[in-house]
Amino acid sequence: MVTLTFPGRFDSLEKISEFVQQVARSASLNERDVYAVQLAVDEACTNIIEHAYHGEGVGDIVCSCDVLRDGIKVVLLDRASPFQPEAVPEPALNTPLEEVKSRGLGLFLMRKMMDDVKFEVSRQGGNRLTMVKKRK
Amino acid sequence: MNFSTTSYKRCEVLKTAGRIDGATAPELEVALKAIMDAGKHNIVFDMEEVNFLSSAGWWVLIGTQKECKKLGRGEVVLARVGKTICDSLKLVGMEEYFKIFDDLTTAVGSF
Repeated sequence: MVTLTFPGRFDSLEKISEFVQQVARSASLNERDVYAVQLAVDEACTNIIEHAYHGEGVGDIVCSCDVLRDGIKVVLLDRASPFQPEAVPEPALNTPLEEVKSRGLGLFLMRKMMDDVKFEVSRQGGNRLTMVKKRK
Repeated sequence: MNFSTTSYKRCEVLKTAGRIDGATAPELEVALKAIMDAGKHNIVFDMEEVNFLSSAGWWVLIGTQKECKKLGRGEVVLARVGKTICDSLKLVGMEEYFKIFDDLTTAVGSF
């Protein structure tokens, strides 16, 4: 397990993406799945900054990556108030262009991109998001 | 993030490279708005060198598409979208809102 801590800022997203890309490649995921992990982690971190911390520079994002026997596990920790994924509405897809709304797409994408997505309240306070991608 | 805009007879081609995420999507928004502010609403977004596009970037493109299509003024089309990005666009049904072209000439010629 490798753990790195990043400031909760949008300019951290590229560094976080490079970190998970490196670990996903070392776990022998194919390039499509490496991208899927990067996209899911990017959406998760964007949500942490925007919706958990309500802005940049409020708190850190702790990112841990673990190469599993059959894939990769990414754990993201924040120190924000508890997140309730069930309170986020499903995005309305296949709607006319003028009615498309952005809310909820990040979470939807994370679930589509990864094999397992789990939110928990961290024992240290904050949220713990665990995502797993299996090797195809 | 660097942007280049090339004017053609019937459309503008906007090109950039690298990642479009929560950090850089606002820059894309500014670049697209500058084109629209100049009264141009037929836009080709050349994504040949874009290697990452998160939902923050898609919402900028969707917002621009809404503006361009308003009153039938024009349209945003996408050209040379990388396969991994295209797959994720399709997964969430985003490709319904854009014509996607494999090559730039066809994209420009579509206007």
